[in-house]
Amino acid sequence: MPKDSGIGASSKRREDIRFLTGAGNYTDDINVYGQAYVHFLRSDVAHGRIVSIDTDAAAAMPGVVRVFTGADFAAVGGLPCGWQVTDRFGQPMQEPAHPVLAQGKVRHVGDPIAAVVAESPEQARDAAEAISVEIEELPAVVDMKAALSADAPKVHDDLTSNLCYDWGFVEENKDAVAAAFEKAAHVTTLELVNQRLVANPMEPRVAVGDYSRATDESTLYTTSQNPHVIRLLMGAFVLGIPEHKLRVVAPDVGGGFGTKIFHYAEEAFCTFAARQLARAVKWTSSRSEAFMSDAHGRDHVTKIELALDADNNFTALRTETYANMGAYLSTFAPSVPTWLHGTLMAGNYKTPLIYVNVKAVFTNTVPVDAYRGAGRPEATYQLERVIDKAARELGVDPIALRRQNFITQFPYATPVAVEYDTGDYHATMDKLEEIADLAGFEARLAESKARGKLRGLGVNCYIEACGIAPSNLVGQLGARAGLYESATVRVNATGSISVMTGSHSHGQGHETAFPQVVADMLGIDESMIDIVHGDTARTPMGMGTYGSRSLAVGGSAMVKATNKIIAKAKKIAAHLLEASEADIELKDGQFSVAGTDKSVAWGDVTLAAYVPHNYPLEDMEPGLEETAFYDPSNFTYPSGAYACEVEVDPDTGRVTVERFAAADDFGNIVNPMIVSGQVHGGLAQGIGQALLEGAV
Amino acid sequence: MTEIQMTVNGKAVRGTVEGRTLLVNFLREDLRLTGTHVGCDTSQCGACTVHVNGVSVKACTMLAAEADGADVRTIEGMAAADGTLSNLQQAFQDHHGLQCGFCTPGMVMTAAALLKENPKPTEAEVRHYLEGNICRCTGYHNIVKAILAASGQDVSAIAAE
Repeated sequence: MPKDSGIGASSKRREDIRFLTGAGNYTDDINVYGQAYVHFLRSDVAHGRIVSIDTDAAAAMPGVVRVFTGADFAAVGGLPCGWQVTDRFGQPMQEPAHPVLAQGKVRHVGDPIAAVVAESPEQARDAAEAISVEIEELPAVVDMKAALSADAPKVHDDLTSNLCYDWGFVEENKDAVAAAFEKAAHVTTLELVNQRLVANPMEPRVAVGDYSRATDESTLYTTSQNPHVIRLLMGAFVLGIPEHKLRVVAPDVGGGFGTKIFHYAEEAFCTFAARQLARAVKWTSSRSEAFMSDAHGRDHVTKIELALDADNNFTALRTETYANMGAYLSTFAPSVPTWLHGTLMAGNYKTPLIYVNVKAVFTNTVPVDAYRGAGRPEATYQLERVIDKAARELGVDPIALRRQNFITQFPYATPVAVEYDTGDYHATMDKLEEIADLAGFEARLAESKARGKLRGLGVNCYIEACGIAPSNLVGQLGARAGLYESATVRVNATGSISVMTGSHSHGQGHETAFPQVVADMLGIDESMIDIVHGDTARTPMGMGTYGSRSLAVGGSAMVKATNKIIAKAKKIAAHLLEASEADIELKDGQFSVAGTDKSVAWGDVTLAAYVPHNYPLEDMEPGLEETAFYDPSNFTYPSGAYACEVEVDPDTGRVTVERFAAADDFGNIVNPMIVSGQVHGGLAQGIGQALLEGAV
Repeated sequence: MTEIQMTVNGKAVRGTVEGRTLLVNFLREDLRLTGTHVGCDTSQCGACTVHVNGVSVKACTMLAAEADGADVRTIEGMAAADGTLSNLQQAFQDHHGLQCGFCTPGMVMTAAALLKENPKPTEAEVRHYLEGNICRCTGYHNIVKAILAASGQDVSAIAAE
């Protein structure tokens, strides 16, 4: 029986009302009095030396406030990288400088060279066209293997080569894996390209920098999944503004898919220029600019080998991946093909020996970073494809081959450093076989053939490491950040509640789902609870939304803070009821004394907390507000099995997805409607990559 | 600069625009009707869809001066004066036809135009009509379902989850 409120209910989304009536507040909807507009002049060559920049004509154009070039940023920090990977020889990765505006060289199409600030966006754009830039074009490298050849042009002259790092995981297992391949009864080898994608959230990036001379405070409104992360990175590493003088606001954000995690040059520019000019500066990306300046996703080239014994048990797995970093290291780029990818290579299978090698390469392309799943889908793709190929080579059923090698005992320590807490992969496969009607495929195939069409069936499994991430672990792995989450639960005098979360909602429905949890815990109506997010001035320091972490980590912080609220509220109730705290029960918004008919309502307790006339002031402070930080002890490991059936027209090549079934094990679901919607969107992006998308 | 006047959501408005000012910029910047969104600069995404004289138009492909004298309706004009959602808007909420909300105003305006032309569209007709509106969050499934539901058709047979 579906619930109609609380955990497990498909509560309708409250945020929908503003989005459906045009009342959303996205960053481009924000205009600050007196703001100027910036237009960036971007490189139209992939690699070149800037010989000269003449801005005189542009500066004299109507409405131009100021023209900035790299020289204005010579004394400003570069964009920092948030993760340092150590290579297989124990050495740190090569980490090039990443200037806000190009310093001497341009390294990818779209690299910003200069910026015009003017009274209107049109004037800024017109003047940018009047900047005269002489660029000596240099040979560019775009292919990763070519970039690693000895005579390849170097993307960064001050690095020893275009190799960012050569990573081995687990390096100590390399020889044992090689020995297992020597002994294998069968080896399947597959080479794959996981093509480069552009995330393309529907809302292009926007930044509005503002500055108050009265308080010396800067404010940045930006399209971010994690405003606190931007504040820390930009404040501490780029502009030297301490946190208490810097506020970052990410209001309604129109989708992210990873690409709005990172700290971008345009954010730093607008904040910097606003301070320089003592007026607000706004940048709104065009879609064309987004293709050249948003961090891209994927772009791996992989060779994967699977070793099997005579009974078709997986005995070893080995991969070699080239991962494109692009021209600079975007904020979390180094972690994606390593710790977010190598640790998932066991998948759902009890392969005892695994070795993952990743060579991260600089090329003259747009930087690449986390995109929808970030490293984990890349791992799943390789692993599931090589299993299918092995099944074909061995003439066995691919589902049976998977089932034979499923992990069935939990907790399970993989040979790639993670421990799966729980899972039941046969259960999701059973469910999939049922809902996808896999038994009926042959009949559908015959029917397609009769119409002159081809029909194909693909089945795969997956596991994800979600709820990123235990801080002490990621610290050992090179993260320059903690990955806890925070929440403040502020109960107001009349019983309504504001939950300030460090998570950020940009389509995930937190404003609806998070209150369902708190409402369940307190037994009050969801409508009494509001979520506050996306503003460093209103929320405790939190790490934001990505890596499937908002509910698992942010929600846990909220639960922790709510438990503190309940503990204190019970003390207040005990005082009001003249009973022992141990006897107080909270149910349906009423505090009662166990075994009696004495009770006091939620609102009476909250009022007493703020009007403490009858209150144990000698024992307890007034007020009812609690903050908690939650640092997870492990990842969570959702898993599942998916089936896709397509029909192909052999005359035109047109592919149509005829059937798609997904069986997921997500654990306890707070709002099934929202979760289904997330899966729909993920499927569409996955199908998009499989059939339609690709960037160079 | 050109003087223009038009009716927007039933209200007479006037303004002074450059010849190159797009209708979407006039709506967003001059009239502060920011519900109409700009998702691309290539007329592909449809987030800026509005109605001009009852016909759905991508407001980024029309000059403000071209709309001089026109009757324009935007997402802000779709709910009742007391804030009650229209049948179509309500269907989007009921069937979870939106996530980040950025494409939503355009989706609603396009769907409203469809239902005016074709009050009982088939699923294929809905999908065809939405070809000029891109959504990156939902995979379209629930958008299509919401529009079919708003047309009064039974959607219980369409896979829910």
